Amino acid sequence: MNKHDVKYLSSHEWLYVEGNKAKVGISSYAAMHLGDIVFFDLPKVGQTFKKEAVFGAVESVKSASDLYLPASGTVVAVNEALVTKPELVNEDPFNNWIVEIELSDLSELNSLLDVTQYEATL
Amino acid sequence: MHKYLPHTEGDIKQMLDAIGVGSLDELFEKIPKKLQYQGKYDVPNQLSDLEVTKLLNEIAANNKTLTIFRGYGAYDVYTPSIIKALTSRQEFITSYTPYQPEVSQGTLQYIFEYQSMICEITGMDVTNASMYDGPTATAEAILMAISHTGKKKIVYSSLIHPRTIEVVKTYGHYRDLDFVPLPEKDGLTDFSKLAELSKDSAAVLVQSPNVYGNIEHLNGISDTIHAEGSLFIMNTEITSLALFNTPGNLGADIACGDLQSLGVPLSFGGAYIGFLAAKTPLLRKMPGRICGITTDQDGKRAFVLTLQAREQHIRRAKANSNICSNQSLMALSVAIYLSSMGKEGFIDLARLSLDGAYYLEAELVKTGLFTKSNNQTHYKEFVLESKIDPKDFDTYLIEKGYLGPQYLGDGKYLFAVTEKRTKDEIDQFVKVVGEFK
Repeated sequence: MNKHDVKYLSSHEWLYVEGNKAKVGISSYAAMHLGDIVFFDLPKVGQTFKKEAVFGAVESVKSASDLYLPASGTVVAVNEALVTKPELVNEDPFNNWIVEIELSDLSELNSLLDVTQYEATL
Repeated sequence: MHKYLPHTEGDIKQMLDAIGVGSLDELFEKIPKKLQYQGKYDVPNQLSDLEVTKLLNEIAANNKTLTIFRGYGAYDVYTPSIIKALTSRQEFITSYTPYQPEVSQGTLQYIFEYQSMICEITGMDVTNASMYDGPTATAEAILMAISHTGKKKIVYSSLIHPRTIEVVKTYGHYRDLDFVPLPEKDGLTDFSKLAELSKDSAAVLVQSPNVYGNIEHLNGISDTIHAEGSLFIMNTEITSLALFNTPGNLGADIACGDLQSLGVPLSFGGAYIGFLAAKTPLLRKMPGRICGITTDQDGKRAFVLTLQAREQHIRRAKANSNICSNQSLMALSVAIYLSSMGKEGFIDLARLSLDGAYYLEAELVKTGLFTKSNNQTHYKEFVLESKIDPKDFDTYLIEKGYLGPQYLGDGKYLFAVTEKRTKDEIDQFVKVVGEFK
């Protein structure tokens, strides 16, 4: 997957929709600006979040940022690989998702940005 | 101009004008008159160096040096001479946050050594560079649990030192926390309803030795607590871990407490030092500074502050805790203390306190004035019951040169014996107690 396959929130999270599920990650712009990522504070499977709610946090050697969910949903999986190797997101932010959610309101997807709109905000 | 205040009348007028207030009285009018000091300050005129020394010596002569048999959270302990000699060196005593690794390897190394020793003694994986004192460390432990579990209920033993729980509740005041006590039974915490009470809780907080000095029965309680998705926090008296089971072995997720017993003088209630230690999964929730070991670009060993993204100077409002300070000089003192005691000395010292406490307890019961309150295993403190008048008893002992037991109410008296109390002192004290009318 690459930057053209996903939808964005202006806070740099991306959403890759597969039916009524979606994977969530952060953009290459975000990964680059964070610097070396050292830790992901991940939610638990089964937790439910509203669109744009904080679902976790990412820590790099120089900062810590909250992660916002691009669309409302329930967490169905977290990427366990990031527990021991959070740097995977620096290496390839589009193929190392953070959480997978079951979408609760597909109409919310219309308000997300495409790559052109997102890159215009940078 | 007042002889001890730097402000001239002109200064004061300028300040009042700047904020648009007519007079000092007007500035303080919000404070009710009856709360404002009405007397004359009666501060004498200046004295010479010699006169001041003489005056202070006269005042100091009013102090009575008492032999102490009271604990209740602060203990009359032995301070090895080496501590003052080293901690008073200027590079330690006057340093201010010297944490830049390129110039502060010495400071960072002693913090690292301190952390290593605390982890070893408590059986925990990680500890921070120290906290202000035991109660604030306990409050921070609660905040860690709340952040980790996302829950707001705290279950606590009613046999935690009341001052500790007061501080914890103060910290919890603006966080809408729900505090649920576990009752006491025969001098120990009653865990019979633990599973039920710890449902939906962030943590279960227990102190062992408890406020009566008794060793709580904690085997297996961590399983019950973890089954409810809650964390087990153990507040402990560090020297007791030389003889009794450690928080690490008992399955505690967080351990906390005061380190005053490690050679820190009573000094009127402070400065003391607290510790906060945790198991690895809670590492990111740990407040304050953590010192780590690494190698520099030439491969040489180096010490640095690590995992700083946790900290409030980076996370700001999002930080788990807003503490960004520690008791560095006290941590140094503790590190020197433990290094000079060594493992054997640390155990011997705890043994002295324990043996002394059991001996004093038996001797006091023989006087006929006191009866045992419970039959639990205790460490250096124990509770006895008596019908004597607590005030008269206290006054009598002070006149005889002793700071006697802490009265807990309900006819309960809490005695403490530290490593400093000799058999002769205990025998003499018992004799004096026996003569109380």
